[in-house]
Amino acid sequence: MRKLIEASTKPTSTFSTAGKSQPHESAKRQVSGSARYVDDMPEPVNLHHAAVGLSQVTRGILTQLDLREVKASEGVIDVITVDDVPGHIDIGPVFKGDPIFANKEILYHGQVLFAVLATSTTLARQAALKAKVEVEHSKACLSVEQARAESYFVRPMHKMQHGDFAQGFAASPLHVSGELKIGGQEHLYLEGQVSLAIPEEEDRVIVYTSSQHPSEVQKLIAEVLDVRLHKVVVDMRRMGGGFGGKETQAAQWACIAALLAKRNDVAVKLRLPRMQDMQATGKRHPFENSYQVGFDEQGLIKATYMDINGICGHSPDLSDAIVDRAMFHCDNGYYLGECTVEGYRCRTNHVSHTAYRGFGGPQGMIMAEAMMDKIARKIDCDPLTVRLRNLYGPEGKDTTHYGMKVEHNLLPEIMDRLTHTADYWQRRAEITAFNATSPVIKKGLALTPVKFGISFTAKHLNQAGALLHVYTDGSMQINHGGTEMGQGLHTKIGQIVANEFAVPLDWVEVTSTRTDKVPNTSPTAASSGTDMNGKAAQNACIEIKQRLAQLYAKECNAQPQDVIFVDQQVHCKQHRIEFVELIQKAYFARVSLSATGFYKTPKIHYDREIGKGRPFFYFAYGASCSEVSVDTLSGEYKVERVDILHDVGTSLNPAIDIGQIEGGFVQGMGWVTSEELLWDKSGKLLSHNPATYKIPAIGDIPDKFNVELFPRPNGEDSIYHSKAVGEPPFMLANSVWCALKDAISSITHYKLDPQLPLPATPEKVYWAVCEAQRFASKGSSL
Amino acid sequence: MFQFLLNDKLVSYSPKQADLTVLEYLREHQKLTGSKEGCASGDCGACTVVLAETKAELTGQSENTTDKLHYRSVNSCITFMSALQGKQLITVEHLSQNGQLHPVQQSMVDNHASQCGFCTPGFIMSMFALYHRNDEANRETVNHALSGNLCRCTGYRPIIDATIQACANKQTDSFDRNSAETIAQLNNIKCTQENQQHLLSPDSRSRLAQAIATYPEAPLFAGSTDLALQVTQQLRSFPTLISLSRVKELTQLRVQEEGLYIGAALPFSDIEHTLLSHFAALEELFTRFASYPIRNQATLGGNVANASPIGDMPPVLLALNAHIHLDNGTQRRSIAAKDFFLDYRQTAMVRGEWIEAIFIPFLGKDTHLKAYKISKRMEDDISAVCAVFNLQLKDDLVEKIDCGFGGVAPTPASIELNELLRGKSWSAAATYDLALPLIRDSFTPIDDVRASKEYRVEMLVNLWRRFWLETNSQQQSIATRVVNLNQPFKGASHA
Repeated sequence: MRKLIEASTKPTSTFSTAGKSQPHESAKRQVSGSARYVDDMPEPVNLHHAAVGLSQVTRGILTQLDLREVKASEGVIDVITVDDVPGHIDIGPVFKGDPIFANKEILYHGQVLFAVLATSTTLARQAALKAKVEVEHSKACLSVEQARAESYFVRPMHKMQHGDFAQGFAASPLHVSGELKIGGQEHLYLEGQVSLAIPEEEDRVIVYTSSQHPSEVQKLIAEVLDVRLHKVVVDMRRMGGGFGGKETQAAQWACIAALLAKRNDVAVKLRLPRMQDMQATGKRHPFENSYQVGFDEQGLIKATYMDINGICGHSPDLSDAIVDRAMFHCDNGYYLGECTVEGYRCRTNHVSHTAYRGFGGPQGMIMAEAMMDKIARKIDCDPLTVRLRNLYGPEGKDTTHYGMKVEHNLLPEIMDRLTHTADYWQRRAEITAFNATSPVIKKGLALTPVKFGISFTAKHLNQAGALLHVYTDGSMQINHGGTEMGQGLHTKIGQIVANEFAVPLDWVEVTSTRTDKVPNTSPTAASSGTDMNGKAAQNACIEIKQRLAQLYAKECNAQPQDVIFVDQQVHCKQHRIEFVELIQKAYFARVSLSATGFYKTPKIHYDREIGKGRPFFYFAYGASCSEVSVDTLSGEYKVERVDILHDVGTSLNPAIDIGQIEGGFVQGMGWVTSEELLWDKSGKLLSHNPATYKIPAIGDIPDKFNVELFPRPNGEDSIYHSKAVGEPPFMLANSVWCALKDAISSITHYKLDPQLPLPATPEKVYWAVCEAQRFASKGSSL
Repeated sequence: MFQFLLNDKLVSYSPKQADLTVLEYLREHQKLTGSKEGCASGDCGACTVVLAETKAELTGQSENTTDKLHYRSVNSCITFMSALQGKQLITVEHLSQNGQLHPVQQSMVDNHASQCGFCTPGFIMSMFALYHRNDEANRETVNHALSGNLCRCTGYRPIIDATIQACANKQTDSFDRNSAETIAQLNNIKCTQENQQHLLSPDSRSRLAQAIATYPEAPLFAGSTDLALQVTQQLRSFPTLISLSRVKELTQLRVQEEGLYIGAALPFSDIEHTLLSHFAALEELFTRFASYPIRNQATLGGNVANASPIGDMPPVLLALNAHIHLDNGTQRRSIAAKDFFLDYRQTAMVRGEWIEAIFIPFLGKDTHLKAYKISKRMEDDISAVCAVFNLQLKDDLVEKIDCGFGGVAPTPASIELNELLRGKSWSAAATYDLALPLIRDSFTPIDDVRASKEYRVEMLVNLWRRFWLETNSQQQSIATRVVNLNQPFKGASHA
């Protein structure tokens, strides 16, 4: 008979319940340098290193790829091109269009042409520089203008309509229109793309990767190797940041490492150097959008037309859903009246742009804020007043342009409260007075809302699985389909499981995401990680709890529903048993202590044919108020103070949620301010390293940075009535952009809404200041 | 062969590869994977390690050998192995001992200051270096100490809180407790000059001349913050490199009667206190020069020798009428900064010469010095435009005016304004106007990733405007800056 571990009956004082600020599960390992990322894993014997060769041409036909010098280079073991792929060549995630290596056609500068395997990383990278490439150039498409003119799209246009725009517009007493260029964004996850492939027996392979979507990596590796999915295991413990940049973009490197590993029967690591990472992986989509809006003297919107153009790069990747999300969110929190929204997916010869926190949402929502500012200046009214007037409201003003009713709308309350706590009107008066006496430095203030739809808009992705093992000492392992990229998902899942069984958090180990534990998972994206995997984990807990309850209830001559789990014990009426003891009883009684859990998000549907439905389970809300100072001589500025009030439902872990809010805000601030992607005229990326692409540094964050959670349980049945928090806070930074415009507008006594493209770098702010000064001097000469 | 301490172990190291970086050494040779590679270009700080050394304190007055350890954060990804000679290399793995987290580590945990955790070891090491300095930890000193560390997840707020909290409650840590032993170990460390190969580290002028004679093609370097990029970014290999960091003649700092004499191979952080106590107006530019860990390595000599049109110190030296002291081992000569920069990355140095020192004359009475930098980001960014103005007045009349500019021409450049402005009333707007055409039209800058040419031209004009506003007694009540410049200079003490 198996001897079980002695059950410890000592109570532990550190009970976990959801809702407490537990530290990140890896925090201790992270601060001591022992948290292992893929590149830190103990190296398998016979490890070799791969590098890739990139196209230096933007578009053309590959006429010669001479790799003789690459092959002859020191330390080189193998060199492969598209011709060496045994299975599928196309690794497009949803639609076709992403060849693993350039296949005759060059589609963008930085496209992978071949891969080298060598005895060291340096030797592989040096060898990759020695290729002789000849390309017959053809004209690249690099702009929305050109793509629209040539109807060069990665996917067909999609339209959403609510009422009759033309009629509503004609009936509106006032009109404005505008257009906005919106920059993309480099993810700049601190850990670059990396994969380690280890060949196993016969045609099997295990791959360690830094990916938000292990199941897709598994599928693509199987297809590229021409084996069935069950021969491939993908393991993902943690990423050094993802932000959407490892949702589809991690697969290529894993596939190349697996190809080289199987061909040469050696372990292969492929880690992109930062510059290649920035050149060869997709970014947030740049957009060029325009609007026409009709409204009344109060600034109340009657009719809106929105023309949305995503620059998708050379292939669809996830662009269909991203442009859709921009369209779904171009209302932000406002009722757009009679409305038509058209979304174009422009194909260009750039790297294929991809998922990035917000997933098109920011590029849609910024349009709503642009309209609010312009309307406000037109009717000479404070932008906050116009924003409040246009919020979704009671019946007749509660349905989005895609036909979804906005329920549990928290924005009126959140914005009202933030207006008070941030002291908006008092500061508005002070700023106006300051600006009147300060000729060089101008201050600006803006308070903007966020309403963000939670769910994948591709319905089938809204499912999750979990696998729970309870061991005979009462400790547990929970595995689920979500991936940990720093957002604290594993911490929250651990808290949920510990809470369900009423055991201390350190009894629960959340293990690395593996395709052989929970299959067919969705990417950890769309802010859905905790919502879906938390529910799936809870579902697995309930399954085991029911088994235990049945066993214990029988022993106590009671019903299973009389059994409760509390303080490391299980209670049934007047009976008490230590949790560990019950687990051991269950083992001896031959009760399974392992269970899977499953969850699918309810209520959601969307009919693309008519552009109507309920694509989101619920909305997450928030608002932020930003104050800036602008130097009108240089365009330099400082974000002085930021106040945020954000809705996370019932917080599972306030510290982690606040971390997501602050971090999301600052990342968003980078997108609207200093992070400028620049390509030269030929289509080559110029901002291809952190020396030329500037994310916020420590001195950029506001001196006063107040973040508060809005304490209101989710009206929908989400896990413990919490709300998703990954993406929504990103768009809180829209208030920084609006505040910059407000400061510039002060030059014109708030008559002009200046044209300020994103990102609003000091140079762009300076040109907007010049526009305002010209406007002001024209006005004064009248 | 040279020696250093890797955490608490003595290592005798014979370089087989000149251009091995400390990060590669740690991760690949020692399998210490706590230090991360984020960019391999010194821009992100994920690779930050700390070098502890028993260093003569440079005050410009005298050299006092102290019995204290000085802790310096550096980017290991762009540091060559020679930088370790005689020092203790401290990595993140060494901070927690016997399962007990170091106070800076515990504070990061308590403040929920790590998310993805990849930048965290680098932050920890920068915090650790700050913990061992005597600076008061406040928002400003923390911003400076962590200016070379990027975090993409947290938005920095919890990291700032964690740092201030840890430093506010300093306790004696194991490094303090072991310092006597560490100092004794470091003092016993040897470096043999004989048979140095691949990575040469001469300690005197004559040995440097000899090394250059033996390896005429070998690049010279001091901080390696620029040269290492050729290795990590362009994948170049250098069979032999010559480090200037230990050459005695190149590491002198003297406050002379007429000005400052700054050894070419001194890291910026070593000259910071002396330089800024005589030229307080340089503080903003100085603290925005790259990042703190870069300034812990990079040198004034390197910034000058590179002759990059976007280096931030050459415009300063032009405006201050500095002199560059050159040497070739047998003959020394001095050349005015204005005559030093000839063309794009071309200088007046001839083959076999090196920069020994830079001499900066003190400012006269009634002098107004301002140094401005325009860039997309305040911290750790390269100038789109840098402008330095040095104006000497006598009763509101212009006595002398010198200037230096970066980012507007193929070289660091200046404009001769004396003829035009001498004797004019500075408070008169007409004087400001008088120089405008010259300032607007002297250069034809280019478009690049940092700014357009049109913006650069406008900035020349507007920085001239800012200078006039800020130095004109009648205009000084006008706020001209968005950065907070009210904090008086405290300097970075290494005591």
